[in-house]
Amino acid sequence: MAPGEVDGLCSYTMEATEEVDIARNLGLGDITFFSQVGYGGGAGCGTVGHAAMAVATGQARTVVAWRSRKRGSGQRPWASRVGRLPAPIAWTRPWGLLRPVDEIAMLTRRYMHEYGATRDHLANVAMNCRAYANRNPNAVMHDKPMTRDDYMNARWISEPLCLFDNCLETDGALAAVITSTERARDLKQPVVTIHAFGQGIPQQHQTMTNYFNDDPLMGPSYACAQVLWRQADVTPADVKVAQLYDAFSPLIPLSWEGYGFCERGEGKDFDRVPYNTSGSGLSEAYVHGFNLINEGVRQLRGTSTGQVDGADVALVTSGEGVPTSALLLTKGR
Amino acid sequence: MGPFFAAAAAGELRIQACAECGRLRHPPRPVCPYCRSFSSEWRLMSGRGTVWSYVIPHPPLLPAYADVAPYNVVVVTLEEDPLIRLVGNVVAAPDAPLNSADAADVTIGLSVEVVFPPPIEDVVLPRWRVLDVK
Repeated sequence: MAPGEVDGLCSYTMEATEEVDIARNLGLGDITFFSQVGYGGGAGCGTVGHAAMAVATGQARTVVAWRSRKRGSGQRPWASRVGRLPAPIAWTRPWGLLRPVDEIAMLTRRYMHEYGATRDHLANVAMNCRAYANRNPNAVMHDKPMTRDDYMNARWISEPLCLFDNCLETDGALAAVITSTERARDLKQPVVTIHAFGQGIPQQHQTMTNYFNDDPLMGPSYACAQVLWRQADVTPADVKVAQLYDAFSPLIPLSWEGYGFCERGEGKDFDRVPYNTSGSGLSEAYVHGFNLINEGVRQLRGTSTGQVDGADVALVTSGEGVPTSALLLTKGR
Repeated sequence: MGPFFAAAAAGELRIQACAECGRLRHPPRPVCPYCRSFSSEWRLMSGRGTVWSYVIPHPPLLPAYADVAPYNVVVVTLEEDPLIRLVGNVVAAPDAPLNSADAADVTIGLSVEVVFPPPIEDVVLPRWRVLDVK
């Protein structure tokens, strides 16, 4: 496929590179559809979902969804000290709840209290992702094994979360090309089908600091899961591999529960489905979750370094704790 | 300065309530999500609550916070309504620093009462101290 065939573009509202710059640099064709999805890491699967809807409705024929980010260098987003704080962070940051890790640690402590989760459960997540990264030559942490002792002895960032509960900070860029099944069949790469797509903002949700409704541990994944499974011909029992958004390790148990793989409080022990098989945000790279989408595609093409035998249905999720999105991808024909 | 912080500067904990249906809501917003009324009032609270969750931040942090780290940040559920929760800190005394409370005392379920520290610039941030069990 030649770049001139591309007539649609989707990215995140936080994306710094504009559509016109991508189109001018790559020599794309006339762009007839472009959209941006909001809420940081919640946007990832949304960009692919919007692209699929554009192709399905005829607004575009071939769409590029992408995310590029410079996070390995420069100021951290939370470190700005300019001006007075707007709502909603005016209600949290002055008391020293400064960073995303502090905001998620608050929910994590409550989750541990309600369901008896421990640091060992979080270590399981960090070690799972690291072990897959050790098999992936493109992972930032490819050459760095992690033991349970490494995890337990790591420095605190925001108790109960330590260094290895946090994703990496990475400069990187990723993209996916979305077109019709008919067109995809003509191309070199095996077809991967966008089987279902969802977005979700639950009632009375507040981004990241979701402490102000009746069930703060019931996050955006619950709302997103409703439409995702309603649109699908498969169920959680059919999913062979998952790529779950992991800016922080506790998002994994919350996501298993939110997407219906187990009951409330059981996500900490859930181990039926292999997950985050590239090393993901914790150990491959953190590019706002877009690398999870690419890894989901690789699994269905049989080209992952953490390949799951017989992978024919993959779940990919975007940021939990913010208005979010998810995809079910299937092996195409 | 909004009504919450104006009340705090006067030594009162006030939470927004709907002037029609009476339900409390926080953080404040223009419209009542229960009855869609634009009318609201600022109701005086007892100042007693229970710690719902807490974290202990460590550096890297903004400089003024790094100076007193590790410290606690809590979410406190107010006695008046289990859905009204405030972010704050447990401190040993109203004018004591963020790291003044004994970390072992800060647990989920801890009973606390509001205190009003001296202003930082012109802002009073309500904090909490352990409620004496008499």
